[in-house]
Amino acid sequence: MSATSSPSRGAYRIVDHAYDVVVVGAGGSGLRATLGMGAAGLSTACVTKVFPTRSHTVAAQGGIGASLGNMAEDNWRWHMYDTVKGSDWLGDQDAIEFMCREAVPAVHELEHFGVPFSRTEAGKIYQRPFGGHMSDYGKAPVPRACAAADRTGHAILHTLYQQCLKHNVEFFVEYFAVDLIMDDEGACRGVIAWCLDDGTIHRFNAKTVVLATGGYGRAWQSCTSAHTCTGDGGGMVMRAGLPTQDMEFVQFHPTGIYPAGCLLTEGCRGEGAYLTNAEGERFMERYAPTAKDLASRDVVSRAMTVEIKEGRGCGTKKDHIMMHLEHLGSDLLHERLPGIIETSRIFAGVDVTKEPVPVLPTVHYNMGGIPTNIHGEVVRPTEDNPDAVVPGLMAVGEAACVSVHGANRLGTNSLLDLIVFGRAAARRAAEIVKPTDFVKPLPAGAGEQALDRLDAMRYAKGGTRVSEMRERLQRDMQTHAAVFRTEDSLKEGCDKIRQIWSEKGDLSVADHSLIWNSDLMEAMEFENLLANATATLESGLLRHESRGAHARDDFPDRDDHEWMKHSVSWLDEKGDTKLTYRPVHMKTLTDEVEVFPPKKRVY
Amino acid sequence: MVELRLPRNSTVTKGQHFPAPASAKNVRTFKVYRWTPDDDKNPAMDTYDIDLDHIGPMVLDALIHIKNDVDPTLTFRRSCREGICGSCAMNIDGENTLACLKPIDSMTGDILINPLPHMPIVKDLVSNLDGAYAQLRSIEPWMKSDSAPPPDGERLQSPEERAKLDGMWECILCFCCTTSCPSYWWNGDRYLGPATLLAAYRWIADTRDEDTGERLDSLEDTFKLYACRTIMNCTQTCPKGLNPAKAIGRIKELQVERKL
Repeated sequence: MSATSSPSRGAYRIVDHAYDVVVVGAGGSGLRATLGMGAAGLSTACVTKVFPTRSHTVAAQGGIGASLGNMAEDNWRWHMYDTVKGSDWLGDQDAIEFMCREAVPAVHELEHFGVPFSRTEAGKIYQRPFGGHMSDYGKAPVPRACAAADRTGHAILHTLYQQCLKHNVEFFVEYFAVDLIMDDEGACRGVIAWCLDDGTIHRFNAKTVVLATGGYGRAWQSCTSAHTCTGDGGGMVMRAGLPTQDMEFVQFHPTGIYPAGCLLTEGCRGEGAYLTNAEGERFMERYAPTAKDLASRDVVSRAMTVEIKEGRGCGTKKDHIMMHLEHLGSDLLHERLPGIIETSRIFAGVDVTKEPVPVLPTVHYNMGGIPTNIHGEVVRPTEDNPDAVVPGLMAVGEAACVSVHGANRLGTNSLLDLIVFGRAAARRAAEIVKPTDFVKPLPAGAGEQALDRLDAMRYAKGGTRVSEMRERLQRDMQTHAAVFRTEDSLKEGCDKIRQIWSEKGDLSVADHSLIWNSDLMEAMEFENLLANATATLESGLLRHESRGAHARDDFPDRDDHEWMKHSVSWLDEKGDTKLTYRPVHMKTLTDEVEVFPPKKRVY
Repeated sequence: MVELRLPRNSTVTKGQHFPAPASAKNVRTFKVYRWTPDDDKNPAMDTYDIDLDHIGPMVLDALIHIKNDVDPTLTFRRSCREGICGSCAMNIDGENTLACLKPIDSMTGDILINPLPHMPIVKDLVSNLDGAYAQLRSIEPWMKSDSAPPPDGERLQSPEERAKLDGMWECILCFCCTTSCPSYWWNGDRYLGPATLLAAYRWIADTRDEDTGERLDSLEDTFKLYACRTIMNCTQTCPKGLNPAKAIGRIKELQVERKL
């Protein structure tokens, strides 16, 4: 401890812990993993920068996908096909099969935990249609989204927290994870966290660390993501010399409120809402004749962007689209979409029972993340083994890339991803972690680097405020990592990001306290955002095709011959990126379904 | 000995003043509570004159603008900015609410911003909610049922049974209600407070839960439940429009009914 207790300036109070498992993050996937690991008898700690029920899972609205067939005939194979097609054939088909099959028992289990799902007349879980979810391999929309009104994420997150309380899980709330502790053999041995409440530094020694830190939507100016969605897991992983995968794929949700950016669920369109342009035309019929407004999110967001670009946007600036719910009737809206009524009233000043609400495609979800296998184990591809596992490290949820979402995620599949892979990671941990084994002592000087980084940032005396540099990054990402991309624009974006890297030393932090120093925390979150953003632009620049959410004006077609592979980006400490590639798993997990070969994606 | 004086550091002093830029036309004054445990100073009200033309419509937008562009040391919790995570609960112009849902133009004059009342302060607008969280945990807010659920399906619940949970399961645990309650201010160590009682009734009302008797037993207590004096600040202040007072009333009714 002598080394870490005397960082460059003044002593820090260090508290050491040893656990079987440490989960970083307490959203849907983190809590599901924590719960499963605790229940399996592993000593488990959950470290989180916000109180669990304030994690961004709480904002998920429309539903969790599972082919329960409560409202109409359904089949996990149809769900699997829709997900493969939605992913534009970049998703790993074995992982997608696993998720869609596990969906049914996983959702039933949530109900058993007490999630207050809405109900059908028969007393079963209510399901609504959602974009890209179809019956019989793409024929017609099918109700597959299991919903608790329009607050499904809230219902699930609170229930998972309750279950964690029931199982007496140990929480470290309002602890900010700084960095992973890695050893010389490349295994993860723990994590360093900073307790905001009293300013102590906590060194967690663990047999396994699970990163469940969520996405990095806050790298953009306009996003549906919470302020806390800063890609901390991705940042930590890249600083530890591990890669991220498929970072160029960023989902724009078609219906963020214009201009506030707050989310209006796709469940609106699932219940029958539709979009119109300035001419009052239901333009989605032109772009997706079968699914119409219920086409996949990338398709709808592109259609809206084209309408606006071609001068058919609404309003005096012709810069948004209208969504209509008024024809659905006040009773139905109050029963099934009460949160939408509230959010539209507060943030758009619109009564959706009477008039349309202005919307715009808004950054919503990162398909990319830390590459893992279907057990949640983090993968570090080597030349001989594209699926080589990093000992002691797992990742789940939006922070991870399994990959089940490929180039574009279907609505309802994110909540499903959280639950299925949180559960799978817990099962795996129960198999490989032995509670009776000692936790190996940490390598000498473990965590010293992390503490030095925190200390340097705490006393950063440059001339640029964190907020200033962050806003610059957000503006650049908004312009250059947009719905449509070109070589020139992406190149310009990469140059601008490199400029930010070179000026990063000029950051200033005004608050030097260790207690609830949110100025310092935002500075460290900014570094994580920057790392994730860099990987996004660099991998996007090199991908010379259009696939899912990555739409290139200069390469308008999908190129399966050259590009049906995962981008793997390795970032060094100077901000330089190296790209390698990893094959897509074109195989199934069992022989109960066959691989879906690539074909043209039409809705 | 009875302590007749308030502690020395309970006096809130006048703090710093941050004027608006000279070019600003649409200026509002925000007076914000500041306190840090790092020095020995009393809490202070800092004054920020803010140009409303360049920020969003909500109080949270003003606070974020202050942190970004005026004074990065201002400390508050925030996350979702759409009223679902419950982080930015604070007392704005005398009313407990969420800063992200409170429009600046719904108030006149200077805007006073304080932490949630009667909770220990960690720093500035960040209050310590550990006590409230522990009380929530004490009512065992999870599904309890001896009957095994169907092995390959959901428990059945009619839409009417499910509707009994409406107005309760939507609680976001911001504790605006609990910290607005004079009974809780007085007896916060023993009275559970409206948020926790709302959570308790959420499980009592759930037809799938089989622990109703035990739940009512544990609430049958002079303080835990009956320290509620039906003041109804809780319902008045709830930023989500929920009615904890009604839930507490129902628990009291059930306590009476089961004795008849």
